[in-house]
Order: sequence, then C-alpha cells, then structure tokens
Amino acid sequence: MALSDTDTLLIIGGGQAAAQTIAGARQWGFAGRIRLIGEETALPYQRPPLSKAYLKGEMEEERLYFKPADWYAEQNVELSLGVRAEAIDRTARSVSLSDGSAADYDALVLATGSRPRPLPLTGAGLEGVHELRDLRDVDGLKPVVVTGTNMVIIGAGYIGLEAAAVARQLGANVTVIEMARRVLARVTSPVMSTFYTRLHESHGVKIMTGAQTEEILGTNGQVTGVKLVDGTRLEADIVLVGIGILPNQELAQAAGLACDGGILVDEDARTSDDRIFAAGDCTVRPLVHYSRTGRLESVHNAIEQGKLAAAALTGRERPKLDVPWFWSDQYDVKLQIAGLSQDYDDHIVRGDPESGAFAVFYFRSDRLIAVDAVNAAPEFIVTKKLIISGQTLAPAQLQDTSVSMKELAALATA
Amino acid sequence: MAKITYIDHEGTEREIEAKNGETVMEVAVKNGVPGIDADCGGACACATCHVYVDSAFLDKVGSPEAMEQSMLDFAENVKENSRLCCQISVSDALDGLKVTTPESQH
Repeated sequence: MALSDTDTLLIIGGGQAAAQTIAGARQWGFAGRIRLIGEETALPYQRPPLSKAYLKGEMEEERLYFKPADWYAEQNVELSLGVRAEAIDRTARSVSLSDGSAADYDALVLATGSRPRPLPLTGAGLEGVHELRDLRDVDGLKPVVVTGTNMVIIGAGYIGLEAAAVARQLGANVTVIEMARRVLARVTSPVMSTFYTRLHESHGVKIMTGAQTEEILGTNGQVTGVKLVDGTRLEADIVLVGIGILPNQELAQAAGLACDGGILVDEDARTSDDRIFAAGDCTVRPLVHYSRTGRLESVHNAIEQGKLAAAALTGRERPKLDVPWFWSDQYDVKLQIAGLSQDYDDHIVRGDPESGAFAVFYFRSDRLIAVDAVNAAPEFIVTKKLIISGQTLAPAQLQDTSVSMKELAALATA
Repeated sequence: MAKITYIDHEGTEREIEAKNGETVMEVAVKNGVPGIDADCGGACACATCHVYVDSAFLDKVGSPEAMEQSMLDFAENVKENSRLCCQISVSDALDGLKVTTPESQH
C-alpha cells in the first residue's frame, strides 16, 4: 500500500529505525499525518555512543538526538513521548496507549527495538546492578563508573567489552566474566577473541572466560560482589550485565502478526499484515546476500529497514540493499565488520594482529562471506563492495599483503 | 560560531549558522541538509558523509587522519578536496566555509 496525504502513519518506537522511517517518508513526499509513540521521554537518539563517547562523558545528551525538537515541529511530526503502546487492534486500525487514549493508523510501523536479556540469578535486582541499553541506563552508570570503583561486567560481547574499555579509561578496576571459553564467542572467530582479550588485558582489564556466575551478592539491597559457580568470589561496587538482547515482539505477537524470534518481515519490511511494517532490532528479515533469514542488531539494519518501510509507504522503488555491517570502538581500536561470518568453513588473517591493524576474512564454500577489519578500513570497504556485487577473492589472494586491497578489488571474480 | 554553506550537486545553496564544537556533518543532519547520510552517526565507520571542501578552506579544515583517508580512498567520485565531514569540527576559523555534497553517498 502507498499512503495518500489524508492518511495517518503511526510509528511505535523512538530509535534509529523510527527516525529513519520518518525522515524517509517526509523526504519522499508523504505529506499526511505522522505520529510517533515512544516509551522513552527523550527525543529519538542514537544508541551506539551510549557505550562509548557518552558513557565516557565526551558527548552531551543533545548531540545524541537525530534531530532537534524544532525539526519535528517543522516537519509536522507529532511526538508522544513517555507513552507505551499497549495493544494493536488490527480491525479498527488503532493502537491503545498507556495514557488511556488510542492512536489510529492507516499504516503502522513497529520499531520497538530490543531489551537486555535479564540475568536469571539471585541478586540480579540489587542496587548497583546495571544494564546498558538506553540513555537512562547510562545516566545511572556515569556517576558510579569512576576511579577506583570495582566493576564486574557479566558478558564479553561488544556491549560488555566497549563498556569495559571506557570504564578502564575512567580509572575503574574492571573484571569481565564470560561463560563461553572465549570473549565474543557468539559473534567472531578465535583469532579475534585472542586479539581482544590481549587488548583488554594490556589495559589492565581482568578477563575470566569459562566462568559462570552463580549469584550476585549483596547486603542491605546493595550489590557487594559476584559469586561464580566454582566458588570464586569477586568484590564489586557495581555489576554491569550485558548478556545479549531480546527482540520486543510481544505487541506484534499479541496482535496475531507472524513472529519467530522477532517480528517476521519481507524484503520491504512488511509484516504479515499489509498495513503494518516493522524495522530494526525487533525483526527477522530476509538476508538476501546469504539466502536465509535472520535478526540483525545493528545501525545498518535499523536504517535500511526504516528506508524500506518509507519507500514502500510512499510508493517508491525498493532502495538497494546493503550487506550487513557493524562497528565497534574499544580504546584506539576501530573494528569494522562487513557481512555475516556465521557458518564460515574457512578463514584467513591478512596482516599481523600484533601490529594492531589486520583483518580476518571468512569464507563459505570458497566464497568470501565476511570480514572483521581491525584498524583496516580498506579491507572493510572492499569486502562490503564485493559481497554486494556477488564477487569473491581466493583466501591466498587476500592473505598476500604485498598486493593492496585496491589492486585485489580489481582481481575479484563472480 | 561559523556560517557554513552547503551546496548540493545541482548547485542549490543553503547557509546555516553552526555552533563551535559540532561537526560539519551534525550541523547538516540536524538541519535536514539532503545529500549527507552519515549512517554511523560520526564514528568514521561508514563513509556516507563525503563532501568536497571549498579550496579556500582546505588549509583551515586540515588534512584527514589515517582512518578517514583510507575510508576516502574507496569512496565514489573522490577528489583532492574530498573529506568526511563528520571529522571536521566547527570553529570560528571555519566561518564562511562552503562544502558541496556529491550526487550519491553510496
């Protein structure tokens, strides 16, 4: 369906996907009513800096906002912030809200995001146990992540490690506990895990892998430490839990929309209801470069699906799809990831990890499927372009650092 | 404070009053200047805020650091005066700066 200018576009959620949908719809000529329902009170803002520059105190809240308040007024976008969507009535095309009112729609975009996976252990609710997902979480962390604080981070994923880097730079004593045998085990190769473990250890972070938390300890409601299954006790003034996220699909599910580990959408970000789209972390989408579906937790995905929904709603041609990409900043190391490395059956390292700049290329059935590029932008960009254009290079070619990435790009074959 | 003029690939100009400390990218995005995507929000991770800097200001904006330079090496239609504008901070010295956006960031 394409919207007409007497229609109402309703958006649930106030993150990157929501902001992109709105910007796209207006840019592509939709002049009808746009209303955004956001549970948080802040204007739509960027999340990536939360675990980086914002936690470090190098960025004010205002700079996180995608657009200033004036922009929404100028663009005639109604913001209902601090309000929760409770239920979707698809027959009446109406969403009931936590303030007792209802919001009608002609088209609905669910950009409900995700939430931290809760730690199912005794003590998880103690004062001093934190999560890192939204602005308020970080506003709660900033005053307590200071010199000398004993901080235990549970989970060595990107969030945990980025927070560890910042906390260490702020002078905290940081221990990272990871249940798996290596850091970043869910998302990358052992080579990368070793590199990041060494990086953090060289900055004085203590990394404990194969370490399972049994209980968060506390007195008088305040956290005092963490007890591991093997009996080890770690002292902690604060504990940060970063063990993954869960898609916010319940609103869609309760309305009878198809969901399976996220809200199912097609290549246009459309759900099983013609009038309802979904974008961002909350979706399970076709991954066209990998001939499968999956859920992506990334800025790229939020932007792309926001654009897809806006394009479909304004009757525009579907924008060209990018290959999934990600980045992570820790200390002075920039990691850029292009593609999805899951299911790789071969990988090679280009450059020397000891030098601090290198890349790991991943292959499946002899085709290049992804790269983890550490301080190595050319490796990132070339891989991204190759995957999009359906081209590949051989492992031996990519391993040869005497040939530049620019020269290699010219040698790629279909 | 600095007045910055954004010129799109068709030659349409837009002048914006920018605060010191913001980046040339942020000023553009927050004011709805078309032609600058800035997908990564200023992390120098995506190369979608490519602009051409007016030659009179090339010295004042300085030269790109290594990461930016290697991102630029692979951008489309890159020229001598190409920069990623998320890496240019506004200051009084940049008053009158003109930047032109390319036809596409991808």
